[in-house]
Parts: sequence; structure tokens; C-alpha cells
Amino acid sequence: MQHKQSTQGRTGTADGPPTARRGFLTQLAAVLCGGLATLPPLVAGVWTVLDPLRRRGAVAAFLPVTDLASLPDDGIPRQFAVIADRVDAWTGFASEPIGAVYLRREKGSDAVEALSATCPHAGCFVEIESQERCFRCPCHNSKFTLDGGIVAPSPSPRAMDGLECRVGKNGEVAVKWQNFYSGVAEKVARP
Amino acid sequence: MSEHPGQSRQHDRRRTAAAAGGGSGLLGQLADFFDDRTGYRAALHEALYERVPGGARWRYVWGSTLVFAFLTQVITGLVLWSSYSASAQTAWESVYYIQHEMAGGWLLRGIHHVMAQAMVVLLALHLMQVVIDGAYRAPREVNFWLGLVLMMLVLGMALTGYLLPWDQKGYWATRVATNLAGLVPVLGPALQQIVVGGPDYGHHTLTRFFALHAGFLPATLVVMLVVHLSLFRKHGLCAKQPLRAPDAMFWPDQVLKDAVAMLAVMAVVLGVILMPALRAMLEGRPIVPGELGAELGAPADPSQPYAAARPEWYFLFLFQFLKVFEGWGASGEFFGAIVVPGLVMGVMFLMPILGRWQLGHRFNIAFTIALLAGAGLLTAMAANEDYAALWADRGSFADVEKLLEETGGDRAKLAAHFGNDPSKLAAFDARAKKLEKIRHSQSFLDAVAQAKTASARAVELAGRPERIPPAGMLELLRSDPATQGPRLFAQHCGSCHAHVDPAAPGAAELLAKASAPNLHGFGTAAWVRGLLDPKQVAGPAYYGNTAHKDGDMVSFVQNDLTDADTWKPDDIEAVAVALAAEAGHAAADAARIEKGRGLIADGERCGSCHAFGGNGTEAGAAPDLVGWGGRDWLVGIITDPAHARFYGDSNDRMPRFGVGREGGAPVLSRREIELVADWLRGDWYRSAQH
Repeated sequence: MQHKQSTQGRTGTADGPPTARRGFLTQLAAVLCGGLATLPPLVAGVWTVLDPLRRRGAVAAFLPVTDLASLPDDGIPRQFAVIADRVDAWTGFASEPIGAVYLRREKGSDAVEALSATCPHAGCFVEIESQERCFRCPCHNSKFTLDGGIVAPSPSPRAMDGLECRVGKNGEVAVKWQNFYSGVAEKVARP
Repeated sequence: MSEHPGQSRQHDRRRTAAAAGGGSGLLGQLADFFDDRTGYRAALHEALYERVPGGARWRYVWGSTLVFAFLTQVITGLVLWSSYSASAQTAWESVYYIQHEMAGGWLLRGIHHVMAQAMVVLLALHLMQVVIDGAYRAPREVNFWLGLVLMMLVLGMALTGYLLPWDQKGYWATRVATNLAGLVPVLGPALQQIVVGGPDYGHHTLTRFFALHAGFLPATLVVMLVVHLSLFRKHGLCAKQPLRAPDAMFWPDQVLKDAVAMLAVMAVVLGVILMPALRAMLEGRPIVPGELGAELGAPADPSQPYAAARPEWYFLFLFQFLKVFEGWGASGEFFGAIVVPGLVMGVMFLMPILGRWQLGHRFNIAFTIALLAGAGLLTAMAANEDYAALWADRGSFADVEKLLEETGGDRAKLAAHFGNDPSKLAAFDARAKKLEKIRHSQSFLDAVAQAKTASARAVELAGRPERIPPAGMLELLRSDPATQGPRLFAQHCGSCHAHVDPAAPGAAELLAKASAPNLHGFGTAAWVRGLLDPKQVAGPAYYGNTAHKDGDMVSFVQNDLTDADTWKPDDIEAVAVALAAEAGHAAADAARIEKGRGLIADGERCGSCHAFGGNGTEAGAAPDLVGWGGRDWLVGIITDPAHARFYGDSNDRMPRFGVGREGGAPVLSRREIELVADWLRGDWYRSAQH
């Protein structure tokens, strides 16, 4: 292309820069100045991009979910929404569903078992398979018994995550709402 | 860069490889591997070793600083993008979050905001340098035109970016700009509706402006810039004659000068951002990072006037220019906003053609300088109109003000005042005109101060622990007593009631004008003390300008309370404290409150007219004092002052704000009355800092 010819014609670059030492200092100064000028937007950018690392999720706390009267004692888990105030960046949501749990109790027992509806494998929402009387995850077919135990073979590395559960004097059921890391054999709570 | 013929590339590579010392060692081999497959050395060489005829010079740096400024905008813009949310309920909120809560967000946004302005200045400098040096002459005409297109793209980004925070300033400025676009013949209205995203301003205005600002315009700009730069390289640098030194290479000589200029630009940008911090430090005030860098006004509100609306300073000249055509109506705006700028752009596009003749070149230089000088002059005029009150001595116009008020501006009366002397009248008119300008400027400055207060309040509310409701900040402001109270009061209460600290300067004047009690501090013990003061009760701050001036309460305070045998000073104080306690202003002295309550209920004292708890006094003679000055009491009296619980039949002129006439809608809704009541009581959210 023709611009090659013009460059060739004009530059005569075979000579290179005038004197090597002066050239080196000039080069160094040019790189330093240019780098320094570009630094502020880069620093500001990285600083802001890393902002999420300063944020922490809500502290695990017992949240009211339902009462005993709404949970039949037939050993079959039922899904309940967990209601809490939630802050999403600048928006504050007052009492809104922030997740779901499965609750079940055995015949004649007042003790309630709570399972997180989040699959320990990859974090999908585990569903109840009413015909097979088990839990199944729709994403990768992890299968769990009704008390959350793992059914082999399963992609999930561990059983469903149990949550601490309290039953109050008047039958109100509260669950300690927590999220756990998925994909690992141990059940480790997220900070 | 374009493909080179094979032979030339071979040659290049050998040469540059030798220069870079490549070819040996692992790194060298790796470099060779990539060079063989990409030809990067030749490209790099091509980029760096451009000949600069006559040596590197400072006057060549402007193009590079513009590229640098654009790069800065790309970096900061992309990160801003990652935190920005373009919708009418989240734009202001997300920008608030960036500015006030995200780490380094103020710096990021500050750099983006100030660099955008620097870019406009650099554009002007670059253009001036190109015109003065005649760098648009053949064969560089096309590149000059490209430069003009680039300039318009940059201005387009400035215009679209101004709206994105969705604050009052950007919102109202954009309404004006888009309405002007609607003036374009035939296509205008359709064009406006397309840009706005519908018949009204909202979600789609933001998404469209954002797509223009961060997508369409910069993408076009990048393409144009690539062509601009490659054409620049193709033609070589247009050296300023006469050459002052031997030729040099772009790298490193010119690059160093460019880099120093970039550093200087960045230093100025940072200086503008950090100057207020430095000032705060020197004055010993705390530095609030969120207040540095770019401003964020109160959220856009189509229902609230915004007298402080101005375009960004670099568009002020256009704003001012439009005023020249004020008398012309819509055709004047069309002329000023479309025709004249269009003609100016037309002349600029013709510059390379005109520049073929020496005279044409001189004309181009004169035109550019005149244009910039004209813009500078118009900007100065605009600034002078807005800020004149800052340096004008309004006091020296006191006589003019007084005369205007006395005559009501009536020509005949004025002429009579000056003994029908036309020269005196003309002199007076000239001064009246100056005064008018100062008044205009003062109202602008007041609006700016008000806008600052509104913005600070919005930021304070956004920082509440409950955060911003999902419906957005505007919703929160509309239910904020501190924001709505003064507006509602001014609109519905202020024509009768004053709300002014009696100790404030000018208070006496305001109180004299009022025809109902001063409600400043209503509900506090201090307010009650004034009411129970024989000197004040019939004064303008209480019943002086009402029908109750000669009523039972005034007579009671002036006759009964002055009887030191029945009313000891401590008794009066106890009543004041007890009433303040009814209003919810707790006092530590429980025993005194109890004593005061007893005195109020006493059928021989207050209780002879006022009902109070179970004191058996019939309602209707005087306001019930249970919960006096409290929220519920205030809401009640504003709703219906003629109710038996309050003034009953002896209600003076106060409207029944919460009761509709003949089944119609009331003047104020329950919510609005509550806002006024809460505001009067000073009951609103305050952050810990305030």
C-alpha cells in the first residue's frame, strides 16, 4: 500500500533515534509521564470495581417462617418462604421473601426439621417429587430422601443443608437463615 | 495498519529485530514467534518512528491529549457503567450509590465528569491549532472534516451524559435540548419523540440516552478516530513553518512532550476534583469524599420548578445566544438554535476549500478566533447575568426599590415624582433596569442555594438505615416533612402565618405582614412563654393581626396573668413546660410538668375556658389542650379548625383544609396535612452527622 512508501520515503528509520543515551532518558521520561497520567483513572477504576469485596451479606439470624398449625405432622416436607427485610445496594425492601426452606415434622412430634431449598451441588432450587417421595434437583438430577439424605449416585457432594430451627411457645417456627458454599463436601456457611 | 508487501515486511522485521536485539534467548525466540505471525514489530515501529519535520514541538500535543482524554473517559466510563442503572427509579439512586457509598466512586465519577469538560477545552485548542497552522489544506481536507465530525460526537456525548444521573439539573437541561431538537423542520417532532423514547420523559429517555452515550456515539467515535489517525499518519504531520530544528522521531521526542501534556491535563483534572478537599483541610472542616468531584442534584421531579437549570458551562454560550432572539418567538429559537449553529458548522466544513487562497485562510483564522471570542463573550454575559448579585451593591438601589414599591411602577406617578423631567426619568429607568438584573441574578443564586439544600437532603435521606424504597428516591422525598413541609406551608399557610425565628434579621417585617400567629417553634415551651407574655400576646407573632386580638385569651394574659398573687412566675413557667410536654417536647422536670397540668386543668385558671383531660370544661369555648401541639392535635386543627375541639364558632379565617366543601375533595389530603404537622414539629429523619 502506498502509505508504506511514504513512510519509507520520509522516516529513514534505519538511522534510529539520535543518540542512544539521551534517547534512553527521553524514552524513560516519556513512559513515566504517560504512565503517571493514565494511573488515576486506572486506580479509580480498580478501586471501584473492587468495592463489592467490602460488602457483607446479612448476618445469619432466626427468622419467623410459619407456625406449627400450618405444618401437618405427616413427615412430608412443605415449602415456606423466608421473609425478611433486605437491602440491595441502595434499595431497602421491607419484609419480602428472600428465599425458601422445606419444613417437615414426624407424626405426633412438635420438633421441626428445616432444610434449605438450595441444592448443595450447584445452587439450583430443589423440588419435591411427590410421586417418588423424594427431593430432586431439576438442574442435574441430584436426588435426596425426604429428610435430606443423599441418594447415590448423585452429582451433589453432600446431603441437603439442614438449618437450625426453633419452635416457640405459641408454635411459631423460626429458622436460622444461612447460605452455604455449594459444590464442596463440607457444609461451610458463607460469610 | 494495512498489509505490507512481503518483501518490505521481511526487510522491516530484520531491521526492527536488530534494533530490539531480538532473536536470541528464550524471550527473543518468543518475540520472534509472535512477530512472524503478527508482524507486531513492524507495526510498532511504524507507530513509533513517525518523522516529525522540524523536531518535536508543544503545539503538536493537542491531538494526543484528546486521544488520552478519550481513553480516560473509556476507562472511567466502563467502570461507571458497571455500577449504573438506567431507569427513572434507579438512575439517580445508582449514581448516588457510586458517588457516596462505593469505594473510590467519587474519584471515578469526578475524573469522568471533569475530563469531559477538559475534552471540550482541548477540542477548541486542537481546532484552533489546526486552523492557524493551515493543517486543513490539501491533501488533509477529509481529515479536517473527520475532525469536525469527531467534535460533534464528543459534544453529543457531553449532552447525553448530562442527563444520565437523572437529577433536576440534567433533567431540565435535557428537556430544553430535546425541545430544541423538536424545532427542526418537518422531522423535528418525530426526531424528538424518537430521542426521548416516547411522548414523555422516563425510562426510555434514560435507556436511549445511555445507549447513545455509552454505545452508539463512542463506537462511531472510535471508528472515526481510527480513520482520523491513519489519515494523519498517511499525510504525515503538518509541520509549522519555518522549521526550527532538524527532523526528529515521534518516539520518543514528541511522545515525551505529549506525555507531559497529558500529565498536565490529568493534574488539572485532579486539581479541580481535590481543590474543595484542600480548602476544607485548610479551614479545618472534615473532608466528605462524596462531596468531591461531580455534583449530584436532587432527583428529577417534573412537578417541581428548577430555576437553577443551566446547561453545562461549555454550552452556556448557546443558551445565551438564544436570548438574543427572545423577542422572535418560536422562529427566533429555530433561528438561534438550528440555523445559526448550522451555518457556523457549514462555514467550518468549507474551511479547507476557502483555505486554498491566502485570503480564505486568513478569513478562517479570523472566523475561528471570532467564534471562540464570541462564545467566550456570550459565556461571560451569561455568567454576569447569573452572578451579578454577587458583586453588585444592591443597597445603592434602595431608593429605586422604594420608589418602585411606592408607585407600583406606574408611569404617570413616576413621571410626576420626577417633575415630568424626561432626563431624570430616563436615568431612573436605567437604574431600575440594573436593579431588575440584580434581582434576576439573586433569584438564580437563591435557586442554586435551594438546589444545594435539596440535594443535600436527598443524600441525607438516601443514607437512612432503611435505604431507598423500591419506588425510588422521589417517592421518599415526597413523603419527607423536611422537603414537603416548607412547600406546602408556603402554598397553603404562608399567606397568613409567618414561620420565622423572631430573632432572625428581617423577622419583624415578615411578622407585620402576617395575619395569623407565627408558627416557628410552635409546640415548644419558648412559643408558649411568648403567648403568655402580656407584651407579646397581642403582638404580630401571636394574636395581634387576628380576630382574637381583643379576645378572651389576650385579655386573660394581659389582665389575669399579670396579677402576681394568683399567677407566680413559676406557675406560668410550669404551664409552658406542661404544654410543651403535651406537644411531645419532653422536659426533665416531671414535678413542674405535673404542676403545670394541674394549673391548666384548674377550672379557675386555664380550665375555665379550655378543656383538658377530665376537667369537665365543655368543648367549643377554646381549643382542647389535651395533646396540644402534638401530631394528632396539629393534624386535627389543620383538618378542621372550626371543630368544637379547636376554635369552634370563634374560628377566625383559617380554612378547613381537610374538609371538602359540599362533599368535594378537601384542599389538602390527610398525607399532606401530616407532612405539614410533622414539619411544624421538626419531626423528620436526621442523620447522625446533622
